[in-house]
Amino acid sequence: MAVGAKDGGTPSSGGARWWYDPKVRAIVFQVAFVVALVAFIAFIVNNTVVNLEKRDIRAGFGFLSEPAGFEIPITGVVDYSVDKGSTHGVVFLIGLQNTFLISAMGIVLATILGFVLGVLRLSNNWIVTRLVGSYIEIVRNIPLPLQFIFWQTAVFIIYLPKVRDPISIFDTIYIHNRGLTGPKPIGEAGLDLVFYAIFVAIGVVMWLRKWARRRQDETGEQFPVLWTSLGLLIGLPLFVASILGFPLSWEYAELGRFRFTGGMGIPIELFSALTALTIYTSAFIAEIVRAGILSVSRGQTEASHALGIRHGPTLRLVIIPQALRVIIPPLISQYLNLTKNSSLGILIGYSDLFNVFGGISLNQTGQAIEIIFMSMSVYLCFSLLISLYMNWYNRRIALTDR
Amino acid sequence: MNTHNRPFVRTEHLPQSPPPVSTSGIIGWVRENLFSSPLNAVLTISSIYFLYLVIPPFVQWAFIDAAWSGSSNKDCAGYGGACWAVVTARFGQFVYGFYPEAERWRPNLVLVLFAINLLPILWDRVPGRTVAALFLVTGFPLVALFFIHGGLGLEVVPTPKWGGFMLNLIMAAVAIIYSLPLGILLALGRRSEFPIISRFCVLFIEFWRGVPLITVLVMASFILPFFMPDGFNFNELLRALVGLTLFSSAYMAEVVRGGLQALPKGQTEAARAIGLTYWQSIRLIIMPQALKITIPAIVNTFIGLFKDTSLVIVIGLFDLLQVAKSSVTDTNWLGLEHETYIFVALVFFVACFAMSLYSLYLERKLDTDHRD
Repeated sequence: MAVGAKDGGTPSSGGARWWYDPKVRAIVFQVAFVVALVAFIAFIVNNTVVNLEKRDIRAGFGFLSEPAGFEIPITGVVDYSVDKGSTHGVVFLIGLQNTFLISAMGIVLATILGFVLGVLRLSNNWIVTRLVGSYIEIVRNIPLPLQFIFWQTAVFIIYLPKVRDPISIFDTIYIHNRGLTGPKPIGEAGLDLVFYAIFVAIGVVMWLRKWARRRQDETGEQFPVLWTSLGLLIGLPLFVASILGFPLSWEYAELGRFRFTGGMGIPIELFSALTALTIYTSAFIAEIVRAGILSVSRGQTEASHALGIRHGPTLRLVIIPQALRVIIPPLISQYLNLTKNSSLGILIGYSDLFNVFGGISLNQTGQAIEIIFMSMSVYLCFSLLISLYMNWYNRRIALTDR
Repeated sequence: MNTHNRPFVRTEHLPQSPPPVSTSGIIGWVRENLFSSPLNAVLTISSIYFLYLVIPPFVQWAFIDAAWSGSSNKDCAGYGGACWAVVTARFGQFVYGFYPEAERWRPNLVLVLFAINLLPILWDRVPGRTVAALFLVTGFPLVALFFIHGGLGLEVVPTPKWGGFMLNLIMAAVAIIYSLPLGILLALGRRSEFPIISRFCVLFIEFWRGVPLITVLVMASFILPFFMPDGFNFNELLRALVGLTLFSSAYMAEVVRGGLQALPKGQTEAARAIGLTYWQSIRLIIMPQALKITIPAIVNTFIGLFKDTSLVIVIGLFDLLQVAKSSVTDTNWLGLEHETYIFVALVFFVACFAMSLYSLYLERKLDTDHRD
């Protein structure tokens, strides 16, 4: 109490000075932090404004409506033409579409390959596990940029024939070292009805699944959902199309002296990027799948067999649901990685978001700050969506936990 | 009791007979591991056929028919196999970039010093871990900068001349050395009781983890100069290092957070109960334990970072991959994509695989320490 008395304070506060009070400390620390942060941001913003003025760069998003004036190999469904003066805004959309395209394709292929490899890695075949194990180690320990460049310049461009002398499949699809050329579908009147039929089929299938599950819960009778669904999904659009007399015609590609005219081409860069992404990610997915399957204890299989459940349903109803619970969270983050890694397409010239928008548009307009932050926010939005989904999924499986 | 009616009972042990031939020895092993079912037999035979298709031609190409020296691709013309001459002839460039040949002892010396500095940190039989770690963060970068960059009597080698595998090593080392302390601060901040600080740390971490490294590097290269006061000139390599460090600090923060979460709450409470302040408890109780269990994960992050350094070719730095890329377009060495890229892949593979073996070794060692 002597300390308190010397300060002239009252000893009623237990002798502690006010700056030992955790509440006061919390406020002081955080206020100091915010002040420092604001000062830092102000410093940066001020510098940026000064620098932009000095270099005579006009900040803002006006450049998005300026004509872009460069060709893009893959435009997909976006209407883009240099002659018509398509803008940098359209370039952004094309980049977005191409990033989604390669990510979606890569995710599907890497999942299939990864699951197959993961299961093979666990097989009791010595040579197969060794082979898959070395595949995984080799692929994981080589930088992905190198793999992109390797598939493009050391495999596809070298081993595929030149455009003049392509591999031809039934004289309709041609494979050569610039990519793949095939017939271009041209829709005629009534094609939209076929698309509607696909959506209707999907709706019916979803209803059917619910109905079949309810029926099984009530009566114990099973309904062959899988085969009926497949039949519906393929049959209904086909039926509609045949009534309308197949409202689709093909424009075939003609091989001229040096290049193709007509038809539709998929550039080789897409294949290189897709191969690199698929192979790289599949190695990680294989390890995830292996860990997931190993996490389900053997007792589960034995108990299920003891209940008289056959091998197929055991796998489908007992093992896989429990393994998926371990597999899905890291799997999703691999999907996120794949999407982010697709930005490496810039190394080989695949027209993804970061190549056409963050690369060419940036060089043309010089609007570095706007363009880089727009590109970054696309990836950020994607990872935000993924983490929201992950939280939802984790909460859902936590509820069903024992 | 009429004992003579009793059935035969053996009174002594029979000698053990060996297991049937079909379940032991090589035959048993082959049966169990290669041909246990028809599917397995098919897999085994197709794997062996695959290996037969791949390995002998590769060995023929890479070793038997290969040309090991020469001064251009014309010297390899008669061999029919790999032209490793491109690697042996340009080995210096692959390793050092354009670093002057007479000065190459300097990076070599730094590498040796780095290894000596790292030894007490990685291997617990050598004493002085804390001192070594402190020196690695404070003194060593200055020593390394002095030797590699020059000045004070040594010939100055400007950063655009740094390149090759040396540049990959420098970038990965700098990024890891600075991202670890930054990551620890971020992880502590994320778990802090102060809501503003923890929100800020979450935002900071999630931002860097949500964007691809390539955008971070381009941002560091294009935008960072705008953020600095007028006239402040920013070295190209330094910009890349800032980007790499910030990017990996977010990943490091998550790794350290994993370690912090693995510690029982009682550790903090006990530390507070004996009167340690927050920073004392962090320094003396929490961090030594948390870092110990995260070392394997830190090594794994380092492997990822090390592979990622090859991305700097996007912003025009002359790393190993860029050396390889410009080598295959050199008119003296045209058409040697396979040799060049396989060499680069091999260099990265050996480095990363060695590190991942080290991480596995650590994991196993630490695992037994914690088994209850």
